[in-house]
Amino acid sequence: MIPGSSETTQLGEYVLPRWRFATVLGQANIRASFNDPSSEAGKGSESMTTQSSVPHATLRSLLDAAGLARVVDRIAHQILEKADGARDTVLLGIPTRGTFLARRLADRIGSFEGTAPRVGSLDITLYRDDLRLRGVRVLAETSLPAGGLDGALVVLVDDVLYSGRTVRAALDALRDVGRPRTVQLAVLVDRGHRELPIRADYVGKNIPTAKSEQVLVRLVEVDGQDAVLLGAAGRADAAGPAEAETP
Amino acid sequence: MKRHLLSAADLSRDDALAVLDTAEQMDRALAGREVKKLPTLRGRTVVNLFFEDSTRTRTSFEVAAKRLSADVINFSARGSSVSKGESLKDTALTLEALGADGVVVRHWASGAPHRLAGWVAGSVLNAGDGTHEHPTQALLDAFTIRRRLGRIDGLRVAVVGDVLHSRVARSNVLLLATLGAEVTVVAPPTLLPVGLHGWPVAVSYELDAVLPKVDVCMLLRVQAERMSSSYFPSAREYSRRYGLDTRRLGLLPEHAIVMHPGPMNRGMEISAEVADHPSRSTVVEQVANGVSVRMAVLYLLLAGRAEGGL
Amino acid sequence: MTSWLIKGVRPYGEEPVDLLLSGGVIAEVGSGVSAAGAQRLDADGLVALPGLVDLHTHLREPGREDAETVLTGTRAAALGGYTAVFAMANTDPVADTAGVVEQVWRLGREAGLADVFPVGAVTVGLVGQRLAELGAMADSAAGVRVFSDDGRCVADPALMRRALEYVKAFDGVIAQHAEEPRLTEGAQLNEGVWSARLGLAGWPAAAEEAIIARDALLAGHVGSRLHVCHVSTAGSVEILRWARSKGFRVTAEVTPHHLLLTDELAAGYDPVYKVNPPLRTEADTAALRAALAEGVIDCVATDHAPHALEDKETEWAVARPGMLGLETALSVVVQTMLQPGLLGWRGIADRMSAAPARIGSAGGHGHDLAVGQPATLVLVDPEARWTVDPGRSASRSRNTPFAGRELPARVIATFLRGVPTVLDGKAQR
Repeated sequence: MIPGSSETTQLGEYVLPRWRFATVLGQANIRASFNDPSSEAGKGSESMTTQSSVPHATLRSLLDAAGLARVVDRIAHQILEKADGARDTVLLGIPTRGTFLARRLADRIGSFEGTAPRVGSLDITLYRDDLRLRGVRVLAETSLPAGGLDGALVVLVDDVLYSGRTVRAALDALRDVGRPRTVQLAVLVDRGHRELPIRADYVGKNIPTAKSEQVLVRLVEVDGQDAVLLGAAGRADAAGPAEAETP
Repeated sequence: MKRHLLSAADLSRDDALAVLDTAEQMDRALAGREVKKLPTLRGRTVVNLFFEDSTRTRTSFEVAAKRLSADVINFSARGSSVSKGESLKDTALTLEALGADGVVVRHWASGAPHRLAGWVAGSVLNAGDGTHEHPTQALLDAFTIRRRLGRIDGLRVAVVGDVLHSRVARSNVLLLATLGAEVTVVAPPTLLPVGLHGWPVAVSYELDAVLPKVDVCMLLRVQAERMSSSYFPSAREYSRRYGLDTRRLGLLPEHAIVMHPGPMNRGMEISAEVADHPSRSTVVEQVANGVSVRMAVLYLLLAGRAEGGL
Repeated sequence: MTSWLIKGVRPYGEEPVDLLLSGGVIAEVGSGVSAAGAQRLDADGLVALPGLVDLHTHLREPGREDAETVLTGTRAAALGGYTAVFAMANTDPVADTAGVVEQVWRLGREAGLADVFPVGAVTVGLVGQRLAELGAMADSAAGVRVFSDDGRCVADPALMRRALEYVKAFDGVIAQHAEEPRLTEGAQLNEGVWSARLGLAGWPAAAEEAIIARDALLAGHVGSRLHVCHVSTAGSVEILRWARSKGFRVTAEVTPHHLLLTDELAAGYDPVYKVNPPLRTEADTAALRAALAEGVIDCVATDHAPHALEDKETEWAVARPGMLGLETALSVVVQTMLQPGLLGWRGIADRMSAAPARIGSAGGHGHDLAVGQPATLVLVDPEARWTVDPGRSASRSRNTPFAGRELPARVIATFLRGVPTVLDGKAQR
């Protein structure tokens, strides 16, 4: 398929008219071009800079460790129910925290079901459309489970769903690595403000936010604690609240 | 990373490790795929500007750029110091007009990429300049060493052969030192630069004494024409004193690997048996790794740059 | 002819006096000098030196008038405080006949900015095969006394010996570009740490020193005068010192760039730093400064070598060697010799005027600032500081290695036999 053409891609239950992406992305690029290039704007969970630059006093806890564990359990149950078994399911995490969430979900499903679904990791950096705007970043691990993705039910796992650009890049990456039967999306937090026609199949917690706020997901594996935090306001040193999330 | 890659000395330890890590991920991202292509450099133009024939290097860069979806233009400029071809500066202005985001340059004159970097807005990648440097070769060598031996820090590496005229040697000495390896250069004194002091290396004239103590033996191409300038008496004598043959392979520790940047002079600096050794020789791997490393360098230099040379 | 009354100037940086220039000579030296009708020049704080003499200039005419002409080169000379320049023979055609040297000499007279003393080639076409007609050049209107194949070495020892002997007949001197050609094939940069790092073919100090040693022995053997061009290494200084101790008639020059600049400037491969002999190390510049102070090196000569832009905007290996020097020489010598206390103003006057005039037999130059001597002198502001801007050079070329550097001391006025060639820092023609 020719990228950017008006052809329609069918991936699982999403029907994505490609030409709309081009339009939306073009606008987003222009808007985002003068935003702070280092910030994972509005979705601080992956960025060290964002974390350290949000003063502790401005953070509000949305989920503590126990709450986060409950939410993971619930998503695991939903996947079991909706995906109808673990045998041909692959949980594909989007680095960094999505990968660890995918592993946790697989563990939980394994403990309910006796059989854990296969787990993988899909780095989408090379598919991002904002490298020019925000500079290059070090790549994360891509590892596909043995057996590949062909014919499988792939559940993409990410921590926060915001503009939808990360998921779009993941769908592009997915197209290059295999041909799943169905693709679904699981996120720990949906904070709204979508810029693309994308929605999640499994949502741990819907958190209405202002664009100026930031949602921080912290996981023991990466951050030494489990929590979901809300950064009350944009950083004083930033040019203003970022309007476009990085994909 | 800086805007250009002109010398291995441009790379800090973190930069160099970022290149190696990125290359590793590039490799994994493409492993087992039918379509070996990533969209990352779509819409970017990479010019391969070669003033000297090198099918190997040019092809490696071309494959790397194409796998990242860049548009690749091959620009062969066979100018020499004597022929009255277009000047390097005029060539640079032409590339500017073509809107090159990256210029991969191979040139017979040391420092030509430095000059070019002053005249073009895009990133310049040194693909070998005269007897100066060949930084991506050093990066792919480091990548190969790390894959084979798991690390570079603390390893002992012998670089053997025509150090005086070798751009591979210069880049490797700089990069390996940056990454914490201990390098010994081994050559007849005629093939070592007079101003070698100040390089982060030990020097030896005797290969047999060095081999038992190294983890990596890196051989350099020795051109036969050096003979006519009396750098050494004959190919036979060179090969007897500095060539790596089966007997000398036996002097290396069992885990040690043998590297050669190619093209090889079989029977001169390396015997055919050693060159083709299934477990010890990394010659073929080096070529394959070259593509991943060059993809990483192109990605890190070009992907983050805004259009119009901002 | 206008008379000039220069008020309150300090000859050799000493006590202020008034100088009256009249009839082409220094007519009066003293305090409270007055002269009716003389043009008055207030020179409070300025230093007066005899007009500088450059034993080593490339004026490029005939042949490369796009890089420099006799007119533009002597204009640059005057602005640098020079009143005489020796024009090297590597023009096109080569200055190896009486015809060519007379042409250059006449062009210098017409320009009227500095006396031009043509240097004759030692060998026909500078190719080192057979002697040029040295006698004919000596007897020509140009009165050539200095012969040099500069740019190339007279490498054949037998030919060098004959040249040294032959010029004794008219008290000539052979100025040797000391470079053993077999040791410098393809050479690009001083052979050392930087050539090794930059992958540029090395130009070993020994290639210069071997020729100086050989030629000093030859000059001693036949009792002739040898002048060594652009000495660049500490080892050369040792050999020159030894030759002097033997009583050989050997003189030597050093360039301003070899007194100040070192080979690490090649690190960016900008060919503006490419020169032959190449920039050396800090140990060499220190030895050269000490030798100039001591007198083992007799004089400063610029080796002013203009090159058109296209000959420098290239790869290092393709670029032609050479640097501009006339307009910056005095400032560089002030910085490297006067400021550290190695030479006083009298020392500078000797190394940049008297000694080169003596070596080159430049009549009417290099005299003391005294009554009755030619009114050929330069006024310098010793306190000025200026930043070198190649765009403002009077030379037709731009290849100064000092671009962007701040240098001390500025030439305010230059007089050639009582006629100002430079006033208020501006060339008068």
